[in-house]
Amino acid sequence: MAMDWLKYFRGEPKNTASLAKERLKVVVAHQRDGRSNGPVYLPRLREELLSVVRKYVTVPDDAVQINVQREDGLEVLEMNIQLPEAD
Amino acid sequence: MAKIVVVTSGKGGVGKTTTSASFSTGLAMRGHKTVVIDFDVGLRNLDLIMGCERRVVFDFVNVINGEANLRQALIKDKTHDKLYILAASQTRDKDALTEEGVGRVLEELAKEFDYIVCDSPAGIERGAHLAMYYADEALVVTNPEVSSVRDSDRVLGLLSSKTQHVEKGEGRVKEHLVLTRYNPMRVEKGEMLSIDDVTEILAIPLLGVIPESPAVLSSSNAGAPVILNQETDAGRAYDDLVARFLGEERPHRFITAEKKGLFGRIFGG
Repeated sequence: MAMDWLKYFRGEPKNTASLAKERLKVVVAHQRDGRSNGPVYLPRLREELLSVVRKYVTVPDDAVQINVQREDGLEVLEMNIQLPEAD
Repeated sequence: MAKIVVVTSGKGGVGKTTTSASFSTGLAMRGHKTVVIDFDVGLRNLDLIMGCERRVVFDFVNVINGEANLRQALIKDKTHDKLYILAASQTRDKDALTEEGVGRVLEELAKEFDYIVCDSPAGIERGAHLAMYYADEALVVTNPEVSSVRDSDRVLGLLSSKTQHVEKGEGRVKEHLVLTRYNPMRVEKGEMLSIDDVTEILAIPLLGVIPESPAVLSSSNAGAPVILNQETDAGRAYDDLVARFLGEERPHRFITAEKKGLFGRIFGG
């Protein structure tokens, strides 16, 4: 406790390790998209969807996100296609 | 039946070769006939860490190409007669390693050795791929630092898909986390990812924690794997790691900040 106000005076940065952890969780979750979680066809489905979308609009590689979630014995395929902002 | 263990990480400079050297030495110290292979074609370094750089005549690529046989290329370790080193080639030809060639050499080594330790190059290119392709188990070396953890996660993705065991449907590669350059003082201050942070993110079992230690540099200066220096924290941590790998139960050491300053002692905590 005594250290808390000392930190205040020294102007130390806040806990950077927890910042690192939060940032890592995000990149790792993204990396794992369609890896272990969900049916094996997910990465291919994502690629094909991406190529279909690209027939109409130019989008970056990560524009198509798909996710399988299990809720109450139901499998829900969640799909998120992010279109670029119109000029 | 030989067990093939890859030491890998994705990111460079995190301690793969240091770990390969101490891990293979530790296995040999415990009586297992072990060979350690440098897969970093073009950037040979394991020989320096093992202190046998002046005895390299033939290398891994020579054996694959049939220019030398294994007997000629294997270098016997200077202190342990159960330990052998197979050096990487200094050729700049990236295609020198082939899947078939590596498979053939490993198969031949498997007849004679208990453990085959494959020291992977950094990255996820051919050398790294081939180092892990035939593996039964993997030591994933990680620093408590964002880029290293992310790269280790990438490598875990490859281990779960791009190995012979997985391709043949024979199950998966057993993964172990080796956390290196750990500094408990900085963890306590909130400046460094903790063991729990890293294990939570990577979600694989922890085999060992190697503290950040000046002994690692002095050992590489001398060309003697740090595990040989049992006076040092890193040397003892590697010894624990090998014991755990072989099934012994050992608590993790050097994971809490050792000494408190005067201030800390007065105020307790």
